[in-house]
Amino acid sequence: MAPPGNRRPGFNRKAQYGLFASYLIALLGALAGLLLLVVSIADPSGFSALRSAAAEVTRPISSNLRSLVVGISNIEETIAAYINAGSQNAALRRQVEANRTRLIEAEAIRQENIRLRDLLKLTEADQGVVAAGHLISSTPASAARLARLDMGRNNGITAGMPVRAPEGLVGRVLRAGPNTADVLLLIDEGNIVPVRRTSDNIPGISSGRGDGTVEVRALNTERNPFRPGDVLVTSGIGGLYRPNIPVAIVARREGDKAIAIPLANPSRVELVVIQSPFRPDEAERAGNGPQPDEPS
Amino acid sequence: MNSRYSNRIGRKRTWLHIRGVPVASVILGSMIAPLMPVVAQNPFFPPFGLLMLLAWRLLRPEIWPLWIGAPLGLIDDLMNGQPLGSAMFLWTIILLALDFEGQRHRWRDYWHGWLLGTIAIGFALAGSWLAVDLAGQGGEIVQIIPQFLYSVALFPFIVRVCAALDKWRLP
Repeated sequence: MAPPGNRRPGFNRKAQYGLFASYLIALLGALAGLLLLVVSIADPSGFSALRSAAAEVTRPISSNLRSLVVGISNIEETIAAYINAGSQNAALRRQVEANRTRLIEAEAIRQENIRLRDLLKLTEADQGVVAAGHLISSTPASAARLARLDMGRNNGITAGMPVRAPEGLVGRVLRAGPNTADVLLLIDEGNIVPVRRTSDNIPGISSGRGDGTVEVRALNTERNPFRPGDVLVTSGIGGLYRPNIPVAIVARREGDKAIAIPLANPSRVELVVIQSPFRPDEAERAGNGPQPDEPS
Repeated sequence: MNSRYSNRIGRKRTWLHIRGVPVASVILGSMIAPLMPVVAQNPFFPPFGLLMLLAWRLLRPEIWPLWIGAPLGLIDDLMNGQPLGSAMFLWTIILLALDFEGQRHRWRDYWHGWLLGTIAIGFALAGSWLAVDLAGQGGEIVQIIPQFLYSVALFPFIVRVCAALDKWRLP
């Protein structure tokens, strides 16, 4: 290879100053970067005007490409499915047999539910849907687990809104631009969701691990109560996420926490729904009439 | 036939063509990741913007002014959803470090260049992981190891891409 460029200026005074200036500018650039970094670490949703300008540039291309590859994006999973095909087939057949009876039971329960609901004159709880869109791209080169939505402020989306798919919770909006929004996925460490176990309402806290799974800790029991197969849904505690959105299914235990797999795989969900942030007191007021001594 | 025997020296090239190709290639490299139509569940994608910057730096040390890491890094941060300023800072540090290294070792061979690239990539990936972690996002540091290995393995190929671009760029 060629020798590296010679930056030594010799006795040329002008070249010496030029060299000094280039070092100075480089150091100033590094310092400016460090300053920006501190500011943006303190406020991860900041500089959204700059960021959304960049996102608008890539949006048209990635949204078109995304429609081509949805559904076939999990290559590893497809390969593994081929390898395990035989044993999986047998296991699935057994499962189908078992599920058939349960389906019939569920259908009966559903009809009973409708009858009871009519009896009680209950209406469906407000789901607070703001918009429905697609996840078009993400940040595969960065350690942060963000996905980009093809809708933004023009569709009424603001930072902090929960994002869910039919299968379950996907994440929440971190920042919103005019036509794009960044979603902090459920599997990111920064996304903490209050959950409960469906079977007995044991409350827990789910936070991402950055590798496609989440870890769940029980809130108030000393020993780890979670078992593989437990289904977790949002509890609605603390607001933001509406109760009873499916979150994850526990895969294994690890000391005082449980590792769970999200029910909505963000790389395969097609349509996501953006909901308005959930406020428990408002929902209560809407459901049970006005609460007299509640600060508004 | 015609292109094969056409003149490959003294071609007409504008200033923008000569100076713009390296910059444009780095920006395009930064844009590949957000253009990928997949929702990644772990960081697996090589940072192509950084790879291009390093490849140009090793191939043609004189084309990058020392401060170029700041503007190009800012664009990379904007594209990749990093906390703003992380690539801006890290890329400038890398260029300064390579400059000091160039003053110590006057000559480089293939393996030396790859080693420098490996160290720079490792530094940049670890640094950007730290920035994300300080912002309270991301995951554990072991998750960037596959990304690091892919990037290091891809680096010689990126250098070849840069060399091809270089042939097209110069008059």
